[in-house]
Amino acid sequence: MNFKQIKEKLKDKTVGIAGCGGLGSNCAVALARVGVGKLIIADFDVIEENNLNRQYYFYNQIGRKKVDCLSENIQLINPGTEVEVHDIKLDAISIVEIYQNSDVIVEAFDKAEMKQTIVETASKYLPKTPLVLGLGMAGWGESNSIHCRQADNLFICGDEVREISEDLPPLAPRVGIVAHMQANTVLEILLNEL
Amino acid sequence: MNITLNNRPQFFEEESLTIAEILKLKKFSFKMLVIKVNGKLIKKNECATQEVVDGDDVQIIHLISGG
Repeated sequence: MNFKQIKEKLKDKTVGIAGCGGLGSNCAVALARVGVGKLIIADFDVIEENNLNRQYYFYNQIGRKKVDCLSENIQLINPGTEVEVHDIKLDAISIVEIYQNSDVIVEAFDKAEMKQTIVETASKYLPKTPLVLGLGMAGWGESNSIHCRQADNLFICGDEVREISEDLPPLAPRVGIVAHMQANTVLEILLNEL
Repeated sequence: MNITLNNRPQFFEEESLTIAEILKLKKFSFKMLVIKVNGKLIKKNECATQEVVDGDDVQIIHLISGG
């Protein structure tokens, strides 16, 4: 498949991205670059200076809503990608409402509780929609422990071990690897029609 | 019994085990878990009674903060 054919195939696809932090912002940008037709993004948070160590935002965007800035940044890269924006703190009900028509959903939350909510909600109400999870990306090094595996409709990207803490913060390189592995898995699902 | 645990083959001496027993044997200690047996979501209060037998596909997924 050449890039023209890839773009043709991706232009009618919709990818839902739940959370616009380190995973969501980087994954969304990668998917916009390759030509995914529509992205549905949701987050309630504003950009803080310490987010810039890994999230796809700029210094002059500090203090603004992540969803608004991510939408703007995507438009600067590929105006052909439509971005649907939801300024909301997601829960089980809104996850189903917002993402039910997505071809693939990307889980891009930071908190384990929210990751559990989306896995349980999607397994129950959206069992046919592939859900790509980011699990385990704290710290630095050990690139080879990061992997991808499939469990039914779940696709798990990450090392599945390293939880963030004061001494093991999330940083651009490792978060970026997992975010791009999620984007790569989305492409695999959409292009190979898994 | 031979089962598939997290996409890998796994042998246990026992002919069947509950999910709770597997969690203990395999030392899964994380608090936040999603467990699936043959694609079916297993709730926390079902772990002590849900039996796993030969040929089952078991997924035990740690939910880890970070993103």
